[in-house]
Amino acid sequence: MSDEVERTPPDAAALWQRLRAATPARIGLGRVGNTQPLKDVLRFQLDHARARDAVHAPFDAEALAAELAPLSTLIVESEAIDRATYLRRPDLGRRLSVEGKERLAAAMREDPSRLNCDVAIVVGDGLSATGVQGGGAALVRALVRELGDLSLAPVVIARQARVALGDDIGEAMRARVVVMIIGERPGLTVADSLGIYMTFAPRRGRADSERNCISNIHAQGGLAPEQAAATLGRLLREAMRRGLSGVDIKDDAETLLSPPPALDTP
Amino acid sequence: MSYKCDFAGERHVFDTLAAVMACATPARSGDALAGLAAQSAAERVAARAVLADLPLRHFLDHVLVPYESDEVTRLIIDGHDAAAFAPIAHMTVGDLRDWLLRTETDASALAAVAPGLTPEMVAAVSKLMRNQDLIAVARKVRVITAFRNTIGLEGRLSTRLQPNHPTDDPRGVAAAVLDGLLHGVGDAVIGINPATDSVPGASRLIHMLDDLRERYAIPTQTCVLTHVTNAIAIMARGAPVDLVFQSIAGSEAANRGFGIDLAVLREAHEAALALGRGTVGRNVMYFETGQGSALSANAHHGVDQQTMETRAYAVARAFDPLLVNTVVGFIGPEYLYDGKEIIRAALEDHFCGKLLGLPMGCDACYTNHAEADQDDMDTLMTVLTVAGCTFLICVPGNDDVMLSYQSLSYHDALALRATLGVRGAPEFEAWLDEMGLLDAQGGIRALTDGAETLVRRLGDASLAA
Repeated sequence: MSDEVERTPPDAAALWQRLRAATPARIGLGRVGNTQPLKDVLRFQLDHARARDAVHAPFDAEALAAELAPLSTLIVESEAIDRATYLRRPDLGRRLSVEGKERLAAAMREDPSRLNCDVAIVVGDGLSATGVQGGGAALVRALVRELGDLSLAPVVIARQARVALGDDIGEAMRARVVVMIIGERPGLTVADSLGIYMTFAPRRGRADSERNCISNIHAQGGLAPEQAAATLGRLLREAMRRGLSGVDIKDDAETLLSPPPALDTP
Repeated sequence: MSYKCDFAGERHVFDTLAAVMACATPARSGDALAGLAAQSAAERVAARAVLADLPLRHFLDHVLVPYESDEVTRLIIDGHDAAAFAPIAHMTVGDLRDWLLRTETDASALAAVAPGLTPEMVAAVSKLMRNQDLIAVARKVRVITAFRNTIGLEGRLSTRLQPNHPTDDPRGVAAAVLDGLLHGVGDAVIGINPATDSVPGASRLIHMLDDLRERYAIPTQTCVLTHVTNAIAIMARGAPVDLVFQSIAGSEAANRGFGIDLAVLREAHEAALALGRGTVGRNVMYFETGQGSALSANAHHGVDQQTMETRAYAVARAFDPLLVNTVVGFIGPEYLYDGKEIIRAALEDHFCGKLLGLPMGCDACYTNHAEADQDDMDTLMTVLTVAGCTFLICVPGNDDVMLSYQSLSYHDALALRATLGVRGAPEFEAWLDEMGLLDAQGGIRALTDGAETLVRRLGDASLAA
């Protein structure tokens, strides 16, 4: 097939090499007739397949709990019963299931010291179970180290979770702040990026503008878990000091700090 | 009032006009999410039967979004052209469907009636039409706009060259522009979505694109898709703004969610006209829309997403835009679940926009959590081109590396030109010919030396270095 690709002399190849270095975009692919060479088609299909797999991969919450031991964990799920429902009904992914609510209540009854903590950390699959499965535990540990002086509720692991599910969970645990670690919508380049969303005084109905977001936490040129945890630590202490979170809390350090995107929030 | 239909011995009752409209809509996840969709497939057909018998006048007397509290409704009602409406004033929605499809209803008849149609009438009739009907009628409509070239002529398909870069790096953007030009892409606009939406950032990109266009003497227009208020500030500083861009929606509240109202669009429109930068025409606005945006802003007033989308076109047509496109699959599967829903929505949007007199294009695209892939986009680009779509958006290798979604590629434009014989805007095509990029059949020639000849001809040392 390579014989059919329009042949380019060596100088042109060097030119394209320089141009390609300027952008991650798929430029200078060459042509076969009026279409892309097969190798580029297959590369694109592989990247798309990885992103699709990241969205649809089953989330093994028990394995994540085992990885987090000896940290105490609880597993819950949203009202979205499966992935297809989750994708169609973001509203259900924002609500804690009845069983999940009971599980949290039982754990609180068993040990009332788990109630009224400063911080509840939640890990949700979001749109990339792959991302959470791969990088979730390291990020939780980095956060626990960063927030060591505060009282922490047991880590809640949530299946079929949207960002706002943290509101229901934080409210049930009466935590002052909920910190939601969640898988971001996979792209073709990075399929396992994580985001952190922080909400002061979590309760159902909080607006996205009342959260702070740290996105792009991944190993391919994104934020490292320690960097993200340090940023979160600064934001969280400022939120606790001022008694609010969201657009009014700014981080002065030069980090990637962005408001939640309007349409793509997991 | 309520609406009834006795259908094969079964009675269906709809409490409101909005319910008839929503239930008549082909199935899509966004209407189900809003709790507006038909409860059964039979109810959907019953709603269509109700709609078919409604007089078109009914939509003038029964507004779906309150006149008092919504400036888009006021724009629609106050701007309605009764004289243009007169020839179809006696029709029902079903009659309109038949009239549109009649062979003697030609481009001039459709253009004459456009100011008499409201978005709600157009949305209603689209719900009674199959995909082939949406294609057949849209194909007959001719909407021609112009700035530095002429867009929308018969047998033409224009393309937006979208050279986005994750950090707005000028060299990276320039490389993607060059690659697009080599594929004959970019006659609708060379338009960047900036990674960071700020006045200084957008200004830098505007100057950079304008330098590039000037140096290559390309008969096209450039645009940085920054917020309209940024564009106003940038124009006030004397930057070379060709087109003013804005995302728009179908209700005042949804537009407020975008941080705009009609007044600010008017201000921007006047400022861009005052710059007088167009050489062959004065269409200076570029709008993007998409089904679901009103619902996502909780500003849909209990109205289905396709009708809300069509109302956005009333906003667009008030400003004589050069380009309008629906970003059909970008919003995600909670609004349009899969390839079938995306393709249907794109054909609806294109048809409704065209019928209302807009230069309607499409970003045929999808996200990674939607049930869609490039095969669906191949189908979509083909049916849209057959429908006479004004322009399509193209990115390198189908992959937008800044917005993280997939669209059509530069190569897809080549494929459409080759299989369907559609050509670019005439002024742009002449430029391609000067650059040695046009073959004898009017197709885009592959350069045997890569891009070297062109880069030399363009004299762009910064790219060649």
